[in-house]
Amino acid sequence: MESLLNIGIVRWFDNRLPLLSYTQHHMMDYPAPRNLNYAWNFGSLAGLALVIQIVTGIVLAMHYTPHTEMAFDSVERIMRDVNYGWLIRYIHSNGASFFFIVVYLHVFRGLYYGSYKAPREVLWWIGLVILLCMMGTAFMGYVLPWGQMSFWGATVITNLFSAIPLIGTPIVEWLWGGFSVDNPTLNRFYALHYLLPFVIVGLVVLHLWALHHKKSNNPLGIDYKGPQDFIPFHPYYTIKDAFGVGVFLIVFAAFLFYAPNYMGHPDNYIPADPLKTPAHIVPEWYFLPFYAILRAIPDKLGGVIAMGLSIGILFLLPWLDTSRVRSATFRPVFKWFYLLMLIDMGILGYVGSQPAEGDWIWIGQLATAYYFIHFLVLLPLIGWFERPRPLPDSIAKPVLAAGPVPGVGAAHDKA
Amino acid sequence: MAEHTIGAHEETRRDFLYVATGAVAAVGAACAVWPLIDQMNPSADVLAISSTEVDLGPVEVGQQITVKWRGKPLFVRHRTEADIEEARAVPLEDLKDPQTDAERVEKPEWLVMVGVCTHLGCVPLADQGDFNGWFCPCHGSHYDTSGRIRRGPAPENLTVPGYAFTDDTTIVVG
Ligand code: HEM
Ligand code: FES
Repeated sequence: MESLLNIGIVRWFDNRLPLLSYTQHHMMDYPAPRNLNYAWNFGSLAGLALVIQIVTGIVLAMHYTPHTEMAFDSVERIMRDVNYGWLIRYIHSNGASFFFIVVYLHVFRGLYYGSYKAPREVLWWIGLVILLCMMGTAFMGYVLPWGQMSFWGATVITNLFSAIPLIGTPIVEWLWGGFSVDNPTLNRFYALHYLLPFVIVGLVVLHLWALHHKKSNNPLGIDYKGPQDFIPFHPYYTIKDAFGVGVFLIVFAAFLFYAPNYMGHPDNYIPADPLKTPAHIVPEWYFLPFYAILRAIPDKLGGVIAMGLSIGILFLLPWLDTSRVRSATFRPVFKWFYLLMLIDMGILGYVGSQPAEGDWIWIGQLATAYYFIHFLVLLPLIGWFERPRPLPDSIAKPVLAAGPVPGVGAAHDKA
Repeated sequence: MAEHTIGAHEETRRDFLYVATGAVAAVGAACAVWPLIDQMNPSADVLAISSTEVDLGPVEVGQQITVKWRGKPLFVRHRTEADIEEARAVPLEDLKDPQTDAERVEKPEWLVMVGVCTHLGCVPLADQGDFNGWFCPCHGSHYDTSGRIRRGPAPENLTVPGYAFTDDTTIVVG
């Protein structure tokens, strides 16, 4: 980069539009804490997943027809006739799942190391808005192939708005552009499915802006004291991220080539039938915990509110968690409750995949109650009563004590 | 203009102009936004096909047909005497959405309703559930032989659309 800037014409251009210096500043010189562990790989992986979705999505759009009479057949044509169509569609449908996997891991990283705390509240908020946009995008994308799950998923989810008193039904008919999910709905979902990923790109820019403004959190969760706490992003973390990409692609390819339909639902290979609901409808796996919360409340409006709040309260997390210590490494009590919360979310996800009957009902209700108790009651209390372990003096000290190699072999335990 | 000095809090004609300009711009913007919102509402052609004629002639006693109306399933059920008796026998205080059977039919033997669960819109299955009526498999709502909600998360009875008999065996819905 630096040498590029020595070339006259490049310098002339950069002087007028500092593209190169910006890249240099943010992707190479960016001072990153020297102790980041592999939990910090998921941000760049999420970025990669977004790029994969956009590229394969635009290619799919060249062959897809957004009409109720033709959508299903056009997707089947992509699978059978279009050159490499099967591959591109499988990358896109599995890519959505992998996007959620890495983003959820990214979020759990933040929850463990307290990355949502001051001064990174706005960074955390933007992340949550990105998550909400992803959910909208994935939901509308799943409608596009116009299979049975597409149609009934769209019907059930849009009907959530009918729970709003008085204006609920007009809102739902406005969303549908008719009196049921139909061609106008498919058309607008397609338009929005194309648009939202680019909105996400814009949000990612804001996310990184906020990140580079306050700098990355780190596994110790302590503030940086000086230049000795940092190493330049390039080459140390570019290579570490590249290694992560390699691992990610291996796992991704394993699903792509050996189990491309593992995370999908077979009913979506049946064309949509507005007169017949499949016996057991379930959302995609990444929505299951929220679906379980929706069903846990035996009241229509109450269920919708609880589901909305399950993400809504995360916006207040920086204040709900009263502990000043960021990293769970130094929080002996929080650590265990963090684990309990993970288990609780796992249970919610499993309950969401089961029919709402028998024991699943009370298990789902208990797990939902615990979810809210964790964030609204336990987190504030733990912060008050817990005695954190002593924090190290600086980021550099334990790292450098562990050996001469910068950025590796940090002496701390992982999640 | 002397009143333009910084920190002066007197109200001036200029303040009025600012507020008036802002108000006009806001109203103008709101008017321009409305078409962009309203275009998503059901369009004229969608509204135009919203009534349907149903021939009841071929429907035997105890049989149910499903026709498509406004893109949704419409249940037309030729009820048996037993169905009607059972529906009438239910005390109103047992109902989540209290409605007598008579309020839900034009002629007792013909039950006409939108086959869309009032919970989140799935199509309930006929002759199932704990009340001999309909059962919605999505989240477990049970409806009785009058299509009234008896158990489960659905808040209301299955909707009875506006319809009229044009002769003994024909109805027009919508
Ligand atoms: C945030 C990024 C994105 C996510 C999470 C996402 C997710 C999805 C999902 C879950 C499906 C259904 C796949 C299936 O079951 O077949 C889908 C389909 C589709 N997406 Fe995307 N998508 C994204 C970006 C895009 C972009 C940028 C385009 C560009 C136009 C696009 C175009 C399409 C098309 C045409 C389909 C229908 C074909 C099919 O079903 O395979 N997507 N998307
Ligand atoms: S849609 Fe019928 S019970 Fe939920």
